[in-house]
Amino acid sequence: MNFDTFDAWWWPYLFILLAGWLATDTWRYLGVYLGGKMSDESDILVFVRCIATALVAAVIANLIVFPSGALADSPLALRVGAAIAGFAAYLLSRKQILAGIAVAEAVLLSGLYLIG
Amino acid sequence: MLVPASMNENTTVESDSKESHISWYLRGVRRCFSVPGLVLVSAFVGFAGLAREAGLTLPQTVFMTGVVWALPAQVVLIGAMIAGNSLIAAAFAVALSSVRLAPMVVALTPEMRGPRTRKWVLYALSHFVAITSWVLAMESFRTVPRDLRTAYYTGIGTTLVLVNMGVVATVFLLAERLPLQVSAALFFLTPIYFLTSLWGSARERAGHVAMVLGLLSGPVFHLILPGFDLLAAGGIAGGAAYIWHRIRLKKGADT
Repeated sequence: MNFDTFDAWWWPYLFILLAGWLATDTWRYLGVYLGGKMSDESDILVFVRCIATALVAAVIANLIVFPSGALADSPLALRVGAAIAGFAAYLLSRKQILAGIAVAEAVLLSGLYLIG
Repeated sequence: MLVPASMNENTTVESDSKESHISWYLRGVRRCFSVPGLVLVSAFVGFAGLAREAGLTLPQTVFMTGVVWALPAQVVLIGAMIAGNSLIAAAFAVALSSVRLAPMVVALTPEMRGPRTRKWVLYALSHFVAITSWVLAMESFRTVPRDLRTAYYTGIGTTLVLVNMGVVATVFLLAERLPLQVSAALFFLTPIYFLTSLWGSARERAGHVAMVLGLLSGPVFHLILPGFDLLAAGGIAGGAAYIWHRIRLKKGADT
């Protein structure tokens, strides 16, 4: 059973509810339940945070290395270079997310317009 | 900072009056019109482009934004849909990418709870917890009277969700007419936003190690283990970062 299994109008919504809403809000409700009972410095939470961080990082890297849509036609080196430039700008600007985004987008757009 | 500095936890305000609830709700609303709020909007602009490219419809994308309300989870969900993953595999990948929500809520709940706060209010408000609202709340709660923190957080949460549902719908309608370079730049917003905010949100050095290992292993596992790339990268890179953390702790204890 995947996203395209049923042709009914309600199937995508049910899919989003089960694979999206249920899979995220369960953690939030668990968090409220455990709230106060568990220390945020607990060692299990360090492990949990490591897994979660690595997973989100893998998503980010795949979006940059194997993009879909309009980005798919751009050179890999340009995307990776723009991401590295943006991240460097973020670190150099003392963690200003906007600076990172601005530099990354500037590099990407100049590259795209230069290529034509 | 939009709140007066004199308002601290000890302030004895008439918190039962309807007016103060409304006024703190509105302060929460205004707190969203800030740099973190703007960055989140730009990331949702990118997300809407991604969803549109993946073949989702406008109502489906707006619905997903409202009910999931966690951008990494939404990106993972779209990825699973494109790849044709089964419902179980998609739910598993989304759940794994959202584990971080539990500790975030664990950290926030004790700060948000007043002596008379009802349980269902906390459960309902937990739906709004995601990186941006969490950062805004953790920064501002010190200056909000304890009884009014739920009202304040309701302001932050509802504003961010509703504004970004509107943003997603708007981009969906406009994206068709954008030049190729601009759509490419929009798609690029999401990874860059997470690249920077994920680094900033790490609590310990192990988080940075996990992030670097995850960035490197994601594309590798995408090639050698298609379909299981995220689980493999999360488990192996995250596990390695945790082992690094334990070894470092042990060394610290020995010396």
